Amino acid sequence: MSEVDLKGRKVIVHDMCLRDGMHAKREQMSVEQMIRIASALDDAGVPYIQVTHGAGLGGNSLQHGFAPHSNEEYLSAVCSAVKRTKVSVLLLPGLGTMRELQSAYDCGARSVHVATHCTEADTSPQHIAYARKLGMDSTGFLMMAHLNTPEGLAQQGKLMESYGAQTVYITDSAGYMLPADVKARVSALRAVLKPETGIGFHGHHNMGIGIANSIAAIEAGASRIDASVGGLGAGAGNTPLEAFVAVCERMGIDTGCDLFKLMDMAEDLIFPLMDHIVRVDRSSLTLGFAGVYSTFLLHANRAAERFGIPARDILVELGRKKMIGGQEDMIVDTAMTMAKERGLLQDAAAGVAP
Amino acid sequence: MKKIRCALIGSGNIGTDLIYKIQRSPVLEPVWMVGIDPESEGLARARAMGLKTTAAGVDGLLPYVLEDNIQIAFDATSAYVHAENSRKLNELGVMVIDLTPAAIGPLCVPPVNLREHAKKVEMNVNMISCAGQATIPIVHAVSRIQPVAYGEIVASLASKSIGPGTRANLDEFTYTTSNAIEVVGGARKGKALAIINPAEPPMLMRNTISCLTDDTPDEARVTESVLAMIKEVQKYVPGYRLVNGPLFDGKRVTVFMEVAGLGDYLPKYAGNLDIMTAAATRTAEMFAEEILAGSIPLKPVEVAA
Repeated sequence: MSEVDLKGRKVIVHDMCLRDGMHAKREQMSVEQMIRIASALDDAGVPYIQVTHGAGLGGNSLQHGFAPHSNEEYLSAVCSAVKRTKVSVLLLPGLGTMRELQSAYDCGARSVHVATHCTEADTSPQHIAYARKLGMDSTGFLMMAHLNTPEGLAQQGKLMESYGAQTVYITDSAGYMLPADVKARVSALRAVLKPETGIGFHGHHNMGIGIANSIAAIEAGASRIDASVGGLGAGAGNTPLEAFVAVCERMGIDTGCDLFKLMDMAEDLIFPLMDHIVRVDRSSLTLGFAGVYSTFLLHANRAAERFGIPARDILVELGRKKMIGGQEDMIVDTAMTMAKERGLLQDAAAGVAP
Repeated sequence: MKKIRCALIGSGNIGTDLIYKIQRSPVLEPVWMVGIDPESEGLARARAMGLKTTAAGVDGLLPYVLEDNIQIAFDATSAYVHAENSRKLNELGVMVIDLTPAAIGPLCVPPVNLREHAKKVEMNVNMISCAGQATIPIVHAVSRIQPVAYGEIVASLASKSIGPGTRANLDEFTYTTSNAIEVVGGARKGKALAIINPAEPPMLMRNTISCLTDDTPDEARVTESVLAMIKEVQKYVPGYRLVNGPLFDGKRVTVFMEVAGLGDYLPKYAGNLDIMTAAATRTAEMFAEEILAGSIPLKPVEVAA
């Protein structure tokens, strides 16, 4: 599979079940479920786990859904349950704020992904600087990275590094990239970042190549990989962690994780709590194929049901309009506009489905 | 007709767009533009349009305030320097319209509460944010019909329309706008979300406003109130347009808006720029009319040491 010998390479895995996985659960996870999953991840030697609402700090909203508990409640519970693993949070400037980051830190979070769209890194200086001031492990997270060129991403990554980011991630939010796309982007970052700045990759499995893409990233110099046990995450899920760890073992890459414990965890803990089977299916494959933000999936399914427009048509139209992460409101808006065009909905001032 | 002479502090996107809006006003005249970078495009454009300029910050303007009879200043710098700018100008009797998220003065959204402010002598009023100007009228249109427990707004902005100041200080935008949804919009709790989209060609500013009412919304009255409010905003921002809704879903009311600008300084997609500068201009005009009528005597503000 690999042209590069990766034997002995160390990779830090970061589990996303309790953050990206919240999307797949429509943000409805209980504190007890979180504690059980976090404890199992801790026991399996996973070094980092991310815990928040799916949209991160400040995520509780009509736009992104309300979880049954605040981020603080989840974080406090998980942080006191784990022994070795470090707990991280997600922060999207424009949604989450420094006040919420401080509050997450006070609950025990010690790492943060500060996420911007792949061309808007300059909206993150306050938050990255604040995370560093708190002494947190600080990552700049460039989302929807397929929408920027390798050179463009390198510049954006350099900006995040200048704000204080210790790691810069290529984030394939749409699960659109092919291994060669990943390699080109990671290599471009590696060429401009300081040697001590780490590079990470966050994949989605929408085209069925989350693992292959993660290995490609490692070959090009990445040392951190986001994944989730059982693939619990938005769209067709994140790179399945247990399968990724199995591939790493075969290739001699050192993740420090206990493969069999992760396999048991996927089977006994994660699969039973899925509301729907998280897999490559018609809608999630459409996301990957059209380059649409993975979180849009369930929203599009709901809008499809309400306004009588097929989810695939809505997703393709959102891709055409170049909607990005955070614009979930535009899913209903687009479905309504399409329903009007197809004679399924009346005029603007009467948004009531027939 | 006599006009009130104005100074523009800050030579970025907002300050530069303001020149066009103020030049068209029957009661306002742009006289000075203040920047901090002698090479800035905004200052060059201001000079070309006949304004006096200084690159020495607000201190470069102060010696000329009295001799040039500057009575209203627009501050489009940043939240961090606004308080100091405002203090120095107020001391000379200049009224300040604050376009930063500093929000040290009362918050103003013209179709909601401008009349209230005009009656008092306010030496500093704050314009909240572009998203606040585009969404709070709608929140108010719902809350004037029935109590709103929660108001949430999502503003999507074209990347090219957002200047470096706003980008570096997104949290101030979030805090100020969320607070204003409560204080001016009338929601008991407010939340503001901002998305910056780099699509080419640039997208028009979009705003989605959602309100959760205490009781089931009165669909007919809420719709009528929202449509009436849109007409009010259109008086000063003609490109303010309803795209979809009001959509009713249990106790939730959602309105999907679009704002096209006039295309003065930035192209039409930058409706966020226009709604802010047009609201500030309208606010200043209301004060100018009172000053010209002699009902607001502008006096230097005594500052306690």
